[in-house]
Parts: sequence; C-alpha cells; structure tokens
Amino acid sequence: MMQALGMLPVLFILAIAFHYLGDERFLTAQNLSIVAQQAAINTVLGAGMTFVILTGGIDLSVGSILAASAMSALIFSLVPGWGMLGIPAALLTGLGFGLINGSLIAFGKLPPFIVTLGSLTAVRGLARLMGNDATVFNPDLPFAFIGNAAIKIAPGVQIPVLAVIAIVVIVVSWYVLRRTVLGIWIYAVGGNPAAARLSGIKVWRILLFVYSVSGMLAGLGGVMSAARLFAANGLQLGQSYELDAIAAVILGGTSFVGGIGSIWGTLIGALIIAVLSNGLTLVGVSDIWQFIVKGLVIIGAVALDRVRLQSSART
Amino acid sequence: MPVDSDPVPRLEMRGISKTFPGVKALNDVRLTARGGEVLALMGENGAGKSTLMKILSGAYQADAGGTLLIDGKPVTITDPIAAKRHGISIIYQELALAPNLTVAENIYLGIEPSRHGQVDRPAMRTGCQAVLNRLGAPFTPDTVVGGMSIAEQQLVEIARALHVNSKILVLDEPTTALSSRETDRLFALVRQLRGEGIALIYISHRMAEVYELADRVSVLRDGSYVGTLTREELSAEALVKMMVGRDLSSFYTKTHDPHGSRGSVLLEVRGITDGGRRVRPCSLSLHRGEVLGIAGLVGSGRTELARLIYGADPKTAGDIVLDGQSVVIEAPEDALAVGLAYLTEDRKGLGLFLDLSCGTNINLGVIGRDARTGGILNRTAWRRRADQAFETLRVRAPSPQVTVGSLSGGNQQKVLLSRWLEIGPKVLILDEPTRGVDIGAKSEIYRIIDELAKRDIGVIVISSELPEIIGVCDRVLVMREGQIAGEVGGAGGAPVTQENIMAFGAGIAA
Repeated sequence: MMQALGMLPVLFILAIAFHYLGDERFLTAQNLSIVAQQAAINTVLGAGMTFVILTGGIDLSVGSILAASAMSALIFSLVPGWGMLGIPAALLTGLGFGLINGSLIAFGKLPPFIVTLGSLTAVRGLARLMGNDATVFNPDLPFAFIGNAAIKIAPGVQIPVLAVIAIVVIVVSWYVLRRTVLGIWIYAVGGNPAAARLSGIKVWRILLFVYSVSGMLAGLGGVMSAARLFAANGLQLGQSYELDAIAAVILGGTSFVGGIGSIWGTLIGALIIAVLSNGLTLVGVSDIWQFIVKGLVIIGAVALDRVRLQSSART
Repeated sequence: MPVDSDPVPRLEMRGISKTFPGVKALNDVRLTARGGEVLALMGENGAGKSTLMKILSGAYQADAGGTLLIDGKPVTITDPIAAKRHGISIIYQELALAPNLTVAENIYLGIEPSRHGQVDRPAMRTGCQAVLNRLGAPFTPDTVVGGMSIAEQQLVEIARALHVNSKILVLDEPTTALSSRETDRLFALVRQLRGEGIALIYISHRMAEVYELADRVSVLRDGSYVGTLTREELSAEALVKMMVGRDLSSFYTKTHDPHGSRGSVLLEVRGITDGGRRVRPCSLSLHRGEVLGIAGLVGSGRTELARLIYGADPKTAGDIVLDGQSVVIEAPEDALAVGLAYLTEDRKGLGLFLDLSCGTNINLGVIGRDARTGGILNRTAWRRRADQAFETLRVRAPSPQVTVGSLSGGNQQKVLLSRWLEIGPKVLILDEPTRGVDIGAKSEIYRIIDELAKRDIGVIVISSELPEIIGVCDRVLVMREGQIAGEVGGAGGAPVTQENIMAFGAGIAA
C-alpha cells in the first residue's frame, strides 16, 4: 500500500501538467472517460502480471495470449445464434495457455522467463493460424457493448464498461491477495520459496494458479479488445502489451524478485501509462517522441521511488 | 598473555550515540581496543553490538558528540572506504565474497593491479600467495571461492583484510557455521594475528569461545555500555548478569519427567536413508514426553536425517511409525498433516518470510485450517493466535503487524518456533533452536521445550552446543558420518555427559 501511494503524486502531477499544457482539455469528463478506456485492458493484464511477479516470476506471453483469445472470441461470435459463446471461448483459450505455462514452470521446473518467452512466440503463431493469417470481422458482434457502451452515473458522467471490468478485476484481485489464504501463500512463495515448501505450502499449486490467472485475464483482455474493434488480427493485436503490463506492475512498486507489492500500485501504474499516452497525444507530441518520453518517465518514476524508499528506510 | 605495554590504544570510541527515528540504538557507548589483544564484545541481540560495529565500519554515522580515536588521533569515518583507509576491516556473519571468482580475484576486488591497461594477473597471484602463506591457507590463489567451505571462505575474507594491512579486525560471530575442528583452526589464527600486533574485536554469544580467546570483555545492554571485565575477572555468572541485568538462577529448567523414555513409544523411524549420500540407514524411537537430543559434529548428518524424516529431501528407504500407525511422508505437507513439524537451523534462508508480518509468519501453518469457507482468511483467528504467541513466547515487537525481518535474531526465532507450536504437533524436531539467539531468548526457548515435554509431545533437539544438549535432553543420540554412532542417557545407557557424547562423536568409543 505504501509503495502504491508513492506513485500517486506522479499520476496527479502528470494529469495536472497535461491539463495546462493541453489547453485545459485533459481533465474533462469526456477525456477522462477515454483515458479510463485506454487504461482498462492494460490494467487487466497488469493484474494478472501482478500475481505472477509476486511469486518472483514473469509472464511475457500475455500479449500473444490476448491475440489468440481475441481470435477465439471472434470465431465463436460468428456461430449463428450462439454468438455469446465468444466470451467463454476467449476466457478458456487464455486459461488453457496459462495452464500450459504454469505446468511447464511448476512441474517442468523451467525458468518462467524462458517458458513464457517461448509461448510469446508460439502462441503468436497459433493466433495467426486461427484466422488463416487474416483479420476476422463480425460487424454484428453480440458482446460489442463490452467495448463500446458506458454506464451513466451522473448527468454528463459516464463510465465505460471496459473501465468497470478493469475495476472489478482489481477489486477481486485485491480480495484474493489480501483476504484469502491463497493470497498469503502467493506472497510467501514469492518471498521465500524454500521456506514455503518447508512450511507445507504446495508451491506447484500456487505457480499453476498464478500463470492460469494471468492467462485467463489475458483472455479477458482478448474479449475486451475484440469487443472494441469488432475484429481480431492474429498478427497485430496485443503486440508488446506484455511490456506495458510489466511496466504498470513495476511502476506500482511491486518487487521484481517477488513477495512485495500491491494490486493498487498496478492500477496506478496502468493509469500513469494511459495518462502519458493520452496526454502526449493531446499536447501534440509525435508518436516517435511518445515512445521516448514514456520510456524515460517509467525509468525516472521508479528511480524516484527508490530514492524515496531508501531515505525513509531505517537500515 | 601479551602485556599491555602500549599506552595509546589502537582504537578508542567514546560517547558514541546513535538515534534512529523513534529509537535510541546506542547511548554514550565507549570501547577500547589495543593492538595485540582480543577484545570480546558481548551483549544480547539488540544490545547494539552490530550498530556499534556499523558505525566503526562507516555504514552508519554516529550522532554528533562522540569521538573516535585511532592510535590517539581523532578521525571521522564517513563511509566504508574511509574505514578501510584507517585500517579497519569487519568480517560479518554473512560473508561478502563473489562466489564465481577465484581467491586472488576476490582479494584484489576493486584494487586490481594493472599493467599496460590490463589486469596484472601474475602480480595478483604473487601478492595473494604471500598472504595465504602467512595464514597457512590450504588453498591456492586460483581456487574458485564458490566451491569452498564456509571456514575457507572466512579465511579468504581474513586474507583480504590482511592484504590491505588492516590493523583493526572485527570478527562478527565467526564460528556460527563452523565445525569444532574448523573453530580450533580459526582460534589458532586469531592467536597468531594477536601475536602480530593486530587489534581484534571478537563478537560472540558463546561463553566458551570468549573464555578461550578474550583478553578483555566489554558488555553492552540495551544500547548502553555496561562494563569491561579483564581476563582475571571473567566468570560466567558475572557475564550473564552484565548481559541480562539479572541472575539466571535456573538456566536449564527441567520440570518434565526426565524418564519420559519409559513412556510409550510415539515415533519410530526404521532404517531411513537417502541411499547413503549423507545419511546411512538410521533407526530411532522417541517416547511421549521425551526430549531426545541428536549430537554430533557439523556434517555428521544430523540436519539431513531430520530433513529425511520430515520429507524435505527424498528418501530411498525407511519406515516411519507415528502413534502406532505407519505413515507415508513424501513431502513436508505430509509430515505436517500427521503432526510432525521441523524447525529449520537456517532461520532466514529456510524458515521465515522476512517481508511478511510476524502475525502471518506465526499463522502460516494454520491459516488453511482456520480459513472460512472458500479459503477466506479468518482474521479474528489470525489476530488471536498472533497475540497469544506474542504473549506466551514474550516476543519483543511493537505489534504482530510489523515485518519479521525487522526483529532481532532471538525474537525472529520465537516467531518461527510459534509457527510450529500453533499447528499443535505430536512430534517437534528443533534444529539448532538457539543458534544466533541471545541468552534471554535462549532460556525462554528451553522453558518452552520443557513445557512441550510436559504436554506429552515428543521433542527432538539437534544442537552443536553440548551444554545445551546436556541441559535440555533426557536421552542423546550421537551421529557420526551419517550414522547413529551411539546413545547416552535413557534406561541403562551411559550418563549424559560431555565426555560420553564426544567419545561417540569422534569415534573413540567402541
């Protein structure tokens, strides 16, 4: 929680800066709703990534899994009369790939970086194969509301369904991590795997769980992405999404070695990334410079956080 | 005994205080170390020894107002490099060597000699060999550090200190991980360095070592300087009183029936082995309410035997009967399920989750059992167990919410011990239960062992400290080279004495 709050000022400063640099167009209900929409998918992927990184692992395959799941969603949405099947199909696709990652890591004792680097490539290939390397369209997508509808909460204030999904994922993740036995076991496995085993924790179960969650949330990301675009493309969809998800987790103060971190931090991290993209566009910074600025802000924000933590630490 | 002919001490620290936010860790502490002398620094965990040494090494800055004199001249040590320049070297418990590099590379780390812009390896080797010769080290400059024993690595650290001509050498609990033979060798070396005129500061919990080595003993308690005893004034009673601030009339309390070995058999282990790698077939039986000791040199297979019984390592053969029932233990969770728990000797590496709270560390074995439907944490039970454990074990921490990594060694051990007490074991194996623990916590751990035996729990205590084994256990098995070499105590056995245990451990007894 402390680390999460550490990044909150950065988020506010960025938002205010963009507001004034961009002719006071940033902090409007309409634009904030766009930011929320842009942050939603990355937040969902980041939540899964938080589970994985808390155990000291990494999941590089979420972008590819998202693409494959979106393909599933689209293909099944075309089944006449059963279009809604696209949602469970995408979730199961993601879960399936997550289970494969988790099994290789938990039972095969292979390093998570290697396993998910492999599936990053292999699943990307499968995603292309699923649509014969072409874009699949469905103009009458039965679950299009997920990507495009919004819920009115006050006159002129709407929350996109995408953002609602992201918030629900964050809250459920928080509950699992902080209020269930499983959550404590996840922190324990990440903090000291050897001690976890000697304490009678079935470490393989925890690993299988976190990679499955990450896979399934990538599947959910696939649904969200497909619903927004009415289409899916195995080659382009979700490219380098894993890097944004990892950046969100790290910006949120979660330790790369595992055992320390919070889901709220990830939410703030994902929002910082979305604010940067949106704000830089608003201010008129070119696409090329957006990359450079985003990268530098990520490094700078984390460096700032380190300095702050070191100065407050006793020993 | 070296005569103190040198009127100006090598090192003098006066009026040293250190305040952390909210805590005064050191209050007006003084310390004097002379060349050619071993000064032992004693005190319970949390007494301020480490803080004082960190100030000496430049890792911490003392509060304003203190003085630090080296050879009579006031100096300020602002960082570890300055400390090195003033000839101060500290060898910590956790050794700081690069395991992938050779001895010579480690000794020259950061000060590599160069010739024509390249590392001058021949010069490194020669310089290193000179120091190794002086120490009588059994390895060469080209040996890779990672493959060495802890004792040898320690020697590399000492070599590194001597190589930069350190005049003040601090050894922080250097024997914790050493066998008795290695300890003897270290002591010989300490005496040699004393003879060479180096000022040695020796931090230890072990009374016997201090007796053997120290010319003077300074004691800290709760961040304050208590006093210094010369060799002539040294006695166990005086030291304990200074360290704890009270008499320890009954250090080893034994109120349970020491003849528990005549009760019914609780645990029976038959022919357990890992295929002969570390443990050759071992059999033992443990009775209800008995405290069974396992003694033996470090490396004799004591820990390995315990880990086999607990299911932490795979066994190739062996049967375990608990409470008259044959049980299958393939993994720690199986052992815990039948009520057999194991407290590791490696508290930080294999026991605690240092970033998690004390309460969670205490509850870790039972949160699954306590959980509400759907695996939801029972926070009432969590709080209750944590509070109770804090009270019964007298854990000194602000609250169960603080991370366990911030506690002193003794309190960490109490937290780890209570994790296993919470599961309500039938059999509890304690591996070096008082390692790195201060005297106050020690006597409390002994009290708990006694308490467990009274509640008919079978306790196995593995320890390198013979007085502990003798004071706490009813019956003792002695291991040597992966086998149980003999048994003392119990019905009809030889009495539990240091001599009888040593005889089996060293293989002298038939």
